Formats: sequence, structure tokens, C-alpha cells
Amino acid sequence: MTPGIRTDGAPATDGPLADALLNMGRFVRPGETSEDLRSVFLQGGRSGDAFYRDRWSHDKVVRSTHGVNCTGSCSWKVYVKDGIITWEAQQTDYPSVGPDSPEYEPRGCPRGAAFSWYTYSPTRVRYPYIRDTLAQLYRAAKAQHPDPVDAWASIVEDPEKAASYKRVRGKGGLVRTTWDEVMEVAAAAHVHTVKTYGPDRVAGFSPIPAMSMVSHGAGSRFMNLLGGTMLSFYDWYADLPVASPQVFGDQTDVPESADWWNAGYLIMWGSNVPVTRTPDAHFMAEARYRGQKVITVSPDYTDNTKFADEWVAPHPGTDAALAFAMGHVILREHFVQRRTTRFQDYMRRYTDAPFLVELEQRGEGFVPGKFVTASDLDGAAAEQARADFKPVLMDAAGAPVVPNGSLGHRFSPEDEGRWNLDLGGVVPPLSVADLPQWTGEAAELRLPRFDLDPEPGQEHAGGSGVVVRGVPVRTIAGKTVTTVFDLMLAQYGVSRPGLPGQWPADYEDASTPGTPAWQQEHTSVPAEQAIRIAREFADNADRSGGRSMILMGAGTNHWFHSDTIYRTFLALTTMTGCQGVNGGGWAHYVGQEKVRPITGYQQYASAADWGRPPRHTIGTAFFYLATDQWRYDGLPADQLSSPLGTGRFAGRTTADCLVESVQRGWMPSYPTFDRNPLDLVDEADAVGKEPAAHVVDSLNEGTLRFAVEDPDDPANFPRVMNIWRANVLGSSGKGNEYFLKHLLGTDAAVRASEAAPDARPASMTWREKAPEGKLDLLMTADFRMTSTTLFSDIVLPAATWYEKHDLSSTDMHPFIHAFNPAIAPPWQTKTDFETFRILAEKFSEMARTHLGVRRDLVAAPLQHDTPDAMATPHGRVEDLPRVPGVTMPKLIVVERDYPNLAERWKALGPLTEKLGLTTKGITYHAEPEIERLGRVNGTVTSGPYAGSVRLDSDKRACELILAMSGTSNGRLAVQGFKALEKHTGQEMAFLADEHEGTHLSFTDVSVQPRSVITSPEWSGSEHGGRRYTAFAINVEHLKPWHTLTGRQHFYLDHDWMDELGETLPIYRPPLDMHRLFGDEIPGTSTATEVAVRYLTPHSKWSIHSEYQDNLFMLSLSRGGPTIWMSPQDAAKIGVRDNDWIESYNRNGVVVARANVSHRMPEGTVYMYHAKDRTVDVPLSETSGLRGGIHNSLTRILLKPSHLIGGYAQLAWAFNYLGPTGNQRDEVTTIRRRSQEVQYR
Amino acid sequence: MKVMAQMSMVMNLDKCIGCHTCSVTCKQAWTNRTGVEYVWFNNVETRPGVGYPRGYENQEKWGGGWVRNKRGRLQLRSGGRLAKLARIFSNPKLPEIDDYYEPWTYDYDMLVNAPSGDHTPVARPKSLITGKDMKVSWSANWDDDLGGSIETMHEDPILQKMSEEVKAEFEQAFMFYLPRICEHCLNPSCVASCPSGAMYKRAEDGIVLVDQDACRGWRMCVSGCPYKKVYFNHKTGKAEKCTMCYPRIEVGLPTVCSETCVGRLRYLGLVLYDADRVAEAAAVEDEHELLDAQRSVLLDPHDPAVIEAAREGGIPEDWIEAAQRSPVWRLIHDYKVALPLHPEYRTMPMVWYIPPLSPVVDVVSGSGNDGEDARTLFAAIDKLRIPIGYLAELFTAGDVAPVDESLRKLAAMRSYMRGISIDDERDERIAQAVGMTGREIEEMYRLLAIAKYEERY
Repeated sequence: MTPGIRTDGAPATDGPLADALLNMGRFVRPGETSEDLRSVFLQGGRSGDAFYRDRWSHDKVVRSTHGVNCTGSCSWKVYVKDGIITWEAQQTDYPSVGPDSPEYEPRGCPRGAAFSWYTYSPTRVRYPYIRDTLAQLYRAAKAQHPDPVDAWASIVEDPEKAASYKRVRGKGGLVRTTWDEVMEVAAAAHVHTVKTYGPDRVAGFSPIPAMSMVSHGAGSRFMNLLGGTMLSFYDWYADLPVASPQVFGDQTDVPESADWWNAGYLIMWGSNVPVTRTPDAHFMAEARYRGQKVITVSPDYTDNTKFADEWVAPHPGTDAALAFAMGHVILREHFVQRRTTRFQDYMRRYTDAPFLVELEQRGEGFVPGKFVTASDLDGAAAEQARADFKPVLMDAAGAPVVPNGSLGHRFSPEDEGRWNLDLGGVVPPLSVADLPQWTGEAAELRLPRFDLDPEPGQEHAGGSGVVVRGVPVRTIAGKTVTTVFDLMLAQYGVSRPGLPGQWPADYEDASTPGTPAWQQEHTSVPAEQAIRIAREFADNADRSGGRSMILMGAGTNHWFHSDTIYRTFLALTTMTGCQGVNGGGWAHYVGQEKVRPITGYQQYASAADWGRPPRHTIGTAFFYLATDQWRYDGLPADQLSSPLGTGRFAGRTTADCLVESVQRGWMPSYPTFDRNPLDLVDEADAVGKEPAAHVVDSLNEGTLRFAVEDPDDPANFPRVMNIWRANVLGSSGKGNEYFLKHLLGTDAAVRASEAAPDARPASMTWREKAPEGKLDLLMTADFRMTSTTLFSDIVLPAATWYEKHDLSSTDMHPFIHAFNPAIAPPWQTKTDFETFRILAEKFSEMARTHLGVRRDLVAAPLQHDTPDAMATPHGRVEDLPRVPGVTMPKLIVVERDYPNLAERWKALGPLTEKLGLTTKGITYHAEPEIERLGRVNGTVTSGPYAGSVRLDSDKRACELILAMSGTSNGRLAVQGFKALEKHTGQEMAFLADEHEGTHLSFTDVSVQPRSVITSPEWSGSEHGGRRYTAFAINVEHLKPWHTLTGRQHFYLDHDWMDELGETLPIYRPPLDMHRLFGDEIPGTSTATEVAVRYLTPHSKWSIHSEYQDNLFMLSLSRGGPTIWMSPQDAAKIGVRDNDWIESYNRNGVVVARANVSHRMPEGTVYMYHAKDRTVDVPLSETSGLRGGIHNSLTRILLKPSHLIGGYAQLAWAFNYLGPTGNQRDEVTTIRRRSQEVQYR
Repeated sequence: MKVMAQMSMVMNLDKCIGCHTCSVTCKQAWTNRTGVEYVWFNNVETRPGVGYPRGYENQEKWGGGWVRNKRGRLQLRSGGRLAKLARIFSNPKLPEIDDYYEPWTYDYDMLVNAPSGDHTPVARPKSLITGKDMKVSWSANWDDDLGGSIETMHEDPILQKMSEEVKAEFEQAFMFYLPRICEHCLNPSCVASCPSGAMYKRAEDGIVLVDQDACRGWRMCVSGCPYKKVYFNHKTGKAEKCTMCYPRIEVGLPTVCSETCVGRLRYLGLVLYDADRVAEAAAVEDEHELLDAQRSVLLDPHDPAVIEAAREGGIPEDWIEAAQRSPVWRLIHDYKVALPLHPEYRTMPMVWYIPPLSPVVDVVSGSGNDGEDARTLFAAIDKLRIPIGYLAELFTAGDVAPVDESLRKLAAMRSYMRGISIDDERDERIAQAVGMTGREIEEMYRLLAIAKYEERY
């Protein structure tokens, strides 16, 4: 018991009277009172406290995570009491990062912490739903046609009936149905579509496998067994940094977040780390205490600015100008004024800087041409295998040398052991001017610039111009050549004595591109600040051995010209020798979720064990065609061209570029032909030809066409679309209103008119009446109601992430961990795995009578990491005869055993053993794993596939993924490295040796997140507990990058890059929407309207549209869609904080409330990403319809440079390369609307 | 000397990312139920901003905390207990729901069950108080990230106190986040305000609680708490507040808000204090001396006399050990980087804060050599975007010196550690400049930067 409390100071409470009163109180109630009567002390553990003690109690805690596309991959404790999920909290048991680093615990964010709200929320989809109109039609049809396929056909082939259920999409009327009925409708639609139109008319969309690999893979496996089309998402989301394949030959490979800790200098450039990388932001905050200097580059005073030592606020979209000027400073001060040994050495070994480029006479002068390759040299060099893919550099004496490690070495058996970056004794000069025999010979180069305002009257032609700058040259093999490094100095405006051309006098000279003063005119960033940051960045890199990092994100990656923006960034990290160094290089985190166990996942999801190749396609182009946005586009491709181009794009739109890309096999496109690909094989049989030959002949004769040429032909519509784990219509669907109008055939707020006749694509068929309602069936599985479910014909109730088994991984941390069910799926919900199992079974059942076994002709594009990448020597785009796999897609026949589809779906097929598993050019052989897996999972007991490994449960699929990947199975990692050792002649297997016997099981990753094993599937190393950083293996073990030279590329010599003026890093300003599409000019205003730049950064209160409907997140924010605007812009139109406003442009209308803050710069508004129309969105005055989503104001615009394929690193792979669904260049008009809002 | 133990917290605002994970995990665990929809035991507010409930720091309006009267005695600002008794049925200083926010939900059901109609179904907001349609116009975090600053920022009681003018202009923008829980004060004015004796401070660990059986719902505690961290459950009619997660603390787990803090900025620890000296310290005349006065009440757990007195007072041995390895004690006492929130309320709050560094206002290029040595930038405290006066009004009753000292230590740590990280050198001069040794800086760095789980709690 507490003894009486004595006071030795003056009494401290109110006064004598109060004291007396209180003194009495002491005796009538329990507890100890301080003698001065201030406080009451009681011992704890009283019955009055029991409430909170009860509240804290729980029955069990289950490890799971959230399958949401945030890259988080956080491990969570899910608390359960009385069979009810109560709440969640982060796990703190990650393997240690080491004694001298912060740990990963706890990982999670408020969104994740609020997830369990969804389990029992009123928006939970508890039962299967179908729209009443369709239900009535189907039930009536069933009465007439007992066969479900016939019944379905009788509806969709009747235009009136079809229109009747399509035009009510999205207008309520979803009614409960049974799993039996809903699966019957779905299967019938699939069977009918496959039979009548072809399997490539069935499309599936489900993004980001890393966030739940089996949930993704189960559906993808079904789609691929069917021959359906899986749409890419990384490029569609505009999260794919196209610069990565362009520069690195890699999709994206970045450091784990714990490696930020190792950086000495960190620029957060367009990446709001506390909001978008919440679980890992602490590494940045903590690294400052280690002395890291932090720079934030953001147009607004964003959350991460709080952590910055300096805030740089360029005008939106002008970031490349700033990076370019920084490059100017670094090149001048570290390569010309003095030579920084480390940087110079790095450039020689790891970049294309020393490689030779031929200068090409064009018009009045020279332009940079093609890489000089061995085929250009005399004698033996030209005789080498694939000499046309072996670029050339010089030795110190100036003699041409064909170094190891280029693409030409990669696939040639005679070059085994030579695919490496070992230069031997050669020390290549970076510049021709470094040669002892160089006597001052120079050529005047003509280089494009795009930073000019158009001349009056020439607005249609854009603002571009030419700068003339000299480079040192010499003659090799009869060609005038220089180095990439020399081109870089010319491009960046870094003068050297004696060279002709227009050069800036100094940093303050803004008259010509490249200088800090020049960038200030475009970005508003003070020149001194640009100079200082450039110096500090480089100085830090030099002193720390490459520990300068740029952490970049959507703010710089979602622009039309983001590939050029990123190339200027990557030039900085490369020229300072930071790539491949812990704590250095690029760190891109937008939608990048690394499937660590990639090989096993791919095998499962692409059903590669049963048939190859899968139909994987580029999402952006798919939606561009399917939603008829191409009809409104008319963006002339030559408006993007360099003034020095050859006129290659003259008279063509960007849509024509897509058509050409598809025809050439650069990019995939499904549906591919205007005919059912099953029927094509039958036709070939009928005329007695090989299917491929039949297709080539028919194309040549004009009796067969690519579907991309006529997307509005009903034969070419996508007919069925399956969406799971995604919300296209409330989130990622750029040009949302076009989706509603043309794909779905319902009301939409499209305000644009179609392209005028002279602006239409020349190579596409224009049908006078644009189709509306192309899709026969939109089927979505989700656990909550989104725009996508609201517009779907059938909605399947999905299990949440706390109700299933699955696997999770990310690029942010090096662990694999598990989902586990805290409760069984409640009500009538099912896991994605179960849903697709049932669908597969129903489909197979109906296929017996309607489909049988068929052969399917798959048109596969020229594939990255294969010899296909050598289809276009020197990137010369020429008119050549159609040859599959060279000048057009590969044509491959795949057997579809439709009646056995479900049995195949549930078992491991024979091709895994027969052909092995190939990832990034390395083939793994997994016989022992298959044998072992048969004992772990059991084998199929009967039927056609008796003896095969069972994959009939989600856990068994998890085991397959873990068993078949090097990151989770050390034996495969070592095997892969040994193959790579043979290929490169470099020792590497020791990187995985320490784990050769390690084989992670599902139980292992359920017990604790487990660190992955270093594997050739990725480019970094975790060897010895090291933090993962991209390209460490390339730098330390001389493994080539997957590019033309095998090095990181500054220079891209493809014809189309030349036409676009983007062979080198360059600044291209945001698109001028006024000039291109007649939008308002940003900054103009009237008394009621103001035109502003419209940006959609990632939100603090949602992950895309997920959580934006969550009551916790809504209560902590403003409870619905808002648009952030500056006080100045608000004042122009009389808007006050929280007023209702309408924001519109040619693409649609948004209704939201204004959030007026001085955090925002004048002239730019933010509508945070993925504000779905489901919560607090009134009707619009402008359209009379429900206000739109953030993507109602955007539209798909294709950039031709993203469409290049078949050439070295510019070759397609799924989610690796493809046109991005960029959306940052838009302009909108905003006005205050009536404050009396109507909801219905 | 009367040694008592206090469970205390330090939050390093310099690391706070403003994510509100703490708020959500706390709410999910404790107040996710009817009657307390509007209640956030833990909230995070953007500063400058008005906080939650709106303008709670304006004690002229709310009358929370203590004042020192002419006799040098402490008196509840809103009047003594007699005064409270006199108006027990009508308390004019009680925040109304709109001062918090009117909690709402949406007719989500429409998303699932909307019949066929002309438009896409939508869930419109409905008040959780009245059940009627409403326009959302305030929330638990309305001015997040300077939202609506033009309308609200001038209401920030701190800005109103400051002599320096702070304009809501893009070029001068600054912000930081302030997570708040109950302060579990050594001198709690809520406890003193309770007419029913339902509020108490636990003898063993100083956690301030409401006895749910004894509470009569007079709500004097709500008014009396200057931090507005006691709430009224309108369903049960009782007061509720942050419990410092005692059901977790009792079994050796950190509080929910601490363990789930993704910024890893919360430290929990036991601090010993001299209960006899609380009243005296809380009553010192000069508000600027309150910080030192409170520090002086805290007892050095390594001092043999203190240990002896603690044993005499019945404090168990393992509690004394816990106090000795308490990170809170180190941050308050050894490094003196942590400061209390609003010491001028005289409640002796025991959740302390390390103030935030922030970007420099101007381009600090005047000296010309910054580009050569990034370390010089770290010391530019006087050029920080966050006016130091603002922080001083929060943490030191307006005295800038202790805030300056704290920020300089953080800056010195960055400079010193950069020497090790980049140049492999230990520059003792940097440490000496802030009255520390290099070794001390490295220890502080381990606590603040590496901050392993076992060292935070």
C-alpha cells in the first residue's frame, strides 16, 4: 500500500475551503490521495478496468498480409475473437538487417491497419450478383434453350437483347443469384466466345502478381489454358519506367528500402516517400542521422519535404530540364575540367560511352547514326557470329576493338564464356579527342531541341529546333565515327576547346540548351541551386564510392515523355558510377512489385507446364483499341518528331505506329487477326498448308488482316473480360468515360468529338458508327463494391486477404511471406483460387459438347532475352517480306484440350520437366524438385493426368512456386549461376552456395518472413546478409546488362528513336494539350473558370481506390473526393475551401470539393489518385450524370518510342516494355458549381 | 523523497511521417464502437493547424489545466472544485461535437442493393448522430497536410501566440506532424477536476484512468484536461481516455500506438520521480522554468539514494532496472533532446517530444562552400522553415533556448555521423560544440537512428 504522501512545499491546490471539502472526500471513497489533494492514486487491476482488459483479449493471432498493389508486402498479425476478426497490427519479426542498421519492423500503414473494416463492412460483396435485366434475359433464354451456351448465344447475338442489358450497366439493379447460375452464365459466355470468335477474344485483367501470387496465378492459369489474353498492367499503370529497358535492358530492378540507409546523398524526385512508401519511410528519416543529405524535388510542399535539407520545386513535368542541367555540370566538372578517376573508369567498363557511333550525313550536316559493329570492320571481325550485334570501341591507340559481352555474344555457341564485361587489357578512351593521333578533326553535329515555343502560326508543328555542336571524329572502316561520350558532351552542351558549334559561354548562359541558367527558364529552379545539388551529388558519389541515390516515382514517371525524363536521371546515376553500388543508383518505386520467386510463379500463372507461349499483351494498346479512344486521338506522330527526322512518321498518327508495331511483331496484340485463331488452323488443314504459311499467304493476299487495323469490326471485339484483384473502371482506366461508352455501351460523359477525317489513322478502317457495348460479359470478383463491380454484368463475392493462403513479396524488402486464413471465407465468398477452379470445371463440362480438342494459332511477338532481339540489325526499319519471327510475329500452334482444361489446371503438366523453366534467358531444370513436389503435394490418382503433381489447392500452388524458384530454392539458384558461369566465364555460383540446401516451404514463410536466396533471376546480391541493390552482380562479376552493348546505354540507335529525336537523353516539355487537342491554356481564367494543370498523385488516404471507401480513412481525411488547389486559383473563381466544384475537359467531368491550401503552387491542381465514384459523388451539372473518377479527365496517348520491338533491349516482354497509360500532361477547367448537390 | 514510477513516452517528431497508423491501430483496438465514434485516443495533427478537437490549445476558451494563483498555489484554470460543483449541470467549457467532428458513415448499402435507376449508385454521407444526410465539413483530421489552410490556419492557437508573423504562402510553407495521446501527467488536472473521484492515477505506473464503475458522466475531466484527451462516451455516459494500453503494458508489450508506429519514433519507458516535489515544481512562477522544474522532479534511477528510496517505497527490483535502462530517461535527461508538450499547462505531462528539423528556408548558398561540404548545411538551425518560436510555444512555453539546444544536437549528430559514414573520420569538435562527446553522439545515434525494438521499449 502506498504510504501517505507528505508535501514539504506550499500546499498547491485551490484553497482552504476546497481542501476541507476534499479532505472529507478522502474518507468516503477508496484510494490514496496525495496530501496536497491534487491527485488520487489507486492500485491497478480494479473491476472498473475490466472493460479494457476484456476488449484486449483474443483467441488467436494469424499471420497474413494485404494483397493490395502498394508494394508494401507487410506482414501482419490478424486478431480473432469468437470467430470474428477484430483488428490487425504489424508483425515485428522480420529477419534482422544487421546490428548497425535499423530493422524492417514494424512494416505497415494506416490503410493496412484499417483493412479489417472491409471484412464486415456494408459494402462487402457477400453473395454472387447478376444484373436483373441480364438475369431475366438469361432465364428466359434458358427456358427456350436448355443448353447454356445456346442460351447465351441467343442473347448476345440478338442486337436488341444485347443492347438492352448493356445500356443499363452501372445503373444499379444487381440482384443476388447462386454460384451455380452465375458460373453457368460465365462458362457459357466463355465457351460461346471461344467457339464463335476465338479464345483471344477473352481478356483477363489482374495486376501485380507479387501482391498475391496464387490469387493472380489461378486466374491467369485458367486464361492461359483457354488461350485467352492476359493484359499487362505495369505499363498500363504508367508505372513501368520505359527508360529501364531502354537503358538497362531490364524491366525494373531497384534496391530494397533498407539500402536507402547506405546512401550518403538522397534525392527524392517525384516520390512522396512517407505517403507512398509508408512502411519504409523510416529508413530515409533515419539515414539522415547517419549524415545523409536529403533533397526533395516536388512541385508542391509535399509530405516528404518535411525531411528534406532542400526543397526544389520545379514546374510540373519539367524535371528533365533540371536533371539535364545537373548532367551538364557533372560532365563539365568531372569529365572535362578535371577527370574524376572513378567516374571515368566506371563509364569505360559499364556504359556504352566509349562505343563508336557512325555519323550520318543528313541534309545540311551530320546527325548521330548507328553503332559501329564488328560487321562494319574488315576481315575476321566481320566474320564472327552475329557480327552485326557486336558494337565496337577503341583501344588506347585508337584501333577498333570488339569487346566481349554484347548481344552478339549472348546467343552464339562459339562465344560461350565470352558474354562478359571483361575488357582484358583494353582501356578504351571515352573520347576520340583522347587519342594521341587525334589532330583536331571534328564534325558539326545537328541535334534536336524541343524546348522552344512554337513560332506564331506554326503551333501545329510544335516548338522544336536544332542546335549545332561539334564532336571530335576520326575515320574507321571508311566511316566518320565518334564515341557515345562525345555525343553526350555535345548533347549536354559541354564545350571543349577547338570544337565548332553553338556552346554556352558558362553556367549563366541560357541561350542554348544544357546549362543551369537554361533549365531555370523552364523549371523556375534557381540555377545556383541546380549547380549546387549537381556538385554535391557528384562529390558525394566520388567520396563515398557511388553512394548517391535518386529515389524516383510517379511524379516523374507518369508523363507522356517520362522515358526521356528518366533517361536524364539515369544519366546522372550512371555517369557518377552509382548503379550497382549499395546506397547508390536509381530507386524507382511505382507499381514495382518484385515477384521474388519469379520462375515458379511464371510457370504456374502462364500454364507453361501445359503449353507455350501464353497470350500476354500490352494493356494500354488493348484498352486504346477496345474503348475506341483511338477514334478521338488523331495525335499526329510527326508532331512528336525531331526536326531532323527523315519524315518516317509523316501523315501518320500514333495509332498508325501501333499498327506497324503489331504487324512487325514488335508488340503483341490480341485479338490478332480478324478471324478465330482456332479456325485459322482448320483452314490451313483444309488447304493443306502449315498454319504459319497459311497465315503469311493470307496476309499477303489480303484475305486476312490484323485485328488492330479494324478494331471496330464486331469480329474483333473483345467479348468477355474477367477482372479480379483490380478496379479498372474506378482506378486505372485512363479515359474512363470512353470505357463506359464504347466498351460497355452505357451512359458516359465523353465531351470530345471524334478525330476529323484528315486526322484519322491511315492504316486503320474507320467505321462511321462507333460501336457501343463491345463487351458481351464483364465479370468481376471482388470483396467490395467498386465502379468495376457496379458496371459488371456479374459480380463474384471474393474472399479477403485474411481468408486465404497465398504468397507475398516485393522489391522493398528481401522477404517472402504468407497469407493465412484468420477465418474461413464468410457468407458465400470464395477465394480467387476456388472461383477459377469452379469456372474451369464448368467450362470444361460445356466444352465437351461445344469445343473438344482444338489447335490454336498464337501470334507471339519478338521476345526480349531471346535471339528474337536480333531481328532488326542496327535498328533499321525496312520494308521486308513477311517472315514469322523476323519481320512479323512468330506463329505457333498450341493444342487446347478444352474438355480437360480443369484437370490440367489442377495438375502440373509435362513441359516443366521436358523443356525446363526459363527466366531471363537462363533455363532451369527441376527434375528433383518435381519428384519432391509429388511427395509434398501428392499426385493425381486417376484420369488422364494420373501421376502428375497436384496443384488443386492454393497451398499446393504456393509450394510449386517456392520449389521452382532460385530465390526460394538454393539448388536452382546454384544451378542457374553455374549456367551463367559457363556463359560468362565469370565465377558467380558462390553467391548462392551458402544456401544450396535451403528450400523454403509454405510453412517456413508462414512462421516468419524469410530472406530470399541470391539468384540469377535478379541482378543484386543478398550474399552474406548484404542489402539488395540492383546490378551489383553486373558491376562486381562483369555480367553484361541485357542490352545491345551489354552495358548501360546512353545512346539508342533505333530508327524510331532517331525519328523522335531521342537517341540521347533530352528534355521534352509536357505535352501542349492546347496545341494538340484544343484544350484551354493552363493559367487562363475568366470570372467563373480557371484552366489548370491536372495532376493525380498517389493518395495518403487510399491505395489506388482501395481504402478510399474505408470509413476510417474517410474520417481521417475529408470524407470524399477533393481537388487540392492554390489560394490564387481558388480566388480567381470565387471558390472557398470545401466548396463543391466541377472539373472538366474534353474527356469528362469530375465533381468534387475544393481543398484550398497554400501548399499548392498556382496553376496546378491535384486530384489524388483513384477517387472512385462510389463515395459522396453527386450528379454533375455539366453532364447530368454521376461525377466521374480522377481518370474521367484523362485519356490514353501512345508514345511511339514505347512501341519499338525486335531490337536488342528494345524488345518486348510482358510488363517489360510497352506503351504506358500516362496521364500527367492533362489540363482541366474548374468552376464553382451550385452548392445544392443532388445524388439521384 | 517519495519515489514513484511513471510509464512515459517520448515521440521523435523529427521522424514522424504523419501516416496516422498509430491513430488507426489505436482506434481499431479501443474505440471502434458506438458511443465513441468521434473519439481518437491517439490522433495526429498537422501543424500549423487547429488540432483535434479544434483549437484545443486555446485555454482561454476551454479553461483546461492549472494556473498559478496570487498565493503561488495551483488552481484549476476553470475554477476550483467548488466552482465546478456549482455548475455541475451546465458546463460551458465543454467542447461540442462540432469541435471534434460530427462522425458520419455512408449509405454503403446502396452500392450493393441499389435498384435499377438512371445513375451509378453512390454512397452518400449520413450523420452517425442524427442519421440524416449531411455535407461533410469537418473531420478528425480536416486540415491534414495544411488542407484548407486559408480558412483555418489563422485559428491555430500557437500562431496566435507567436510574435513572429507566419503567412500562409507557398514560398514560406512548412509543416510537421504532432501525434498525441493522453499525457498521463504527474499533476493531472483531469483527476483533480473529477467530482466523482472516478479518475485516478495508478500508483504502480502512473497511468491515468477512468474508473468505469465510478464515473458519473459529469465531464469535468473533459474540460479540465488542457490536451482534451478525455472523451465522453455518449452511449455509456462515461468518460473514456487513453489507457496507455495497460492490458498490454502489464504483460510486457508496448502500447499499440508504439508498436505499430511505422516511423519507429516512439519510445516507452519507466521514469522514477519524486511525488513530493510535483506540486512545488508545477507551481514555479516563471513558465520558462517549468521545463527544468519538471526535469528536476524526475529522479536518476542510477542514484543509490534514489534506488534506496524506491525500494523503501515498494517499487520492485525489476521496475528499478527498467527505469535504469529506460530510453525515455536517456532522451529526457542524458541527451536533453526531448521536451514536454505545453509545460505551461502545469500538469507535468509525461509524453515528451523531440522537436523536428525541417528544410532550410532559403537557398543556403551565401557562404559559397556549401557545395563542397554538405555538413555545413546541417547546422543552419536559424534558417529552418519551421519558425523556432512555433516549436518553443509548443514545448517550452515560448523559451527558444531548449528547442535550439535539441535541434542543434540533432544537427550535430548528422554532421558527426556524416564524417564517419562518408569520410571515415570522427570530428570531436562537432560533438563538443553541443556539449557532447563523440561517443555520446554515437550512442544517441544508435538510440535515435538504429533504434532496435528492444531499445525503443
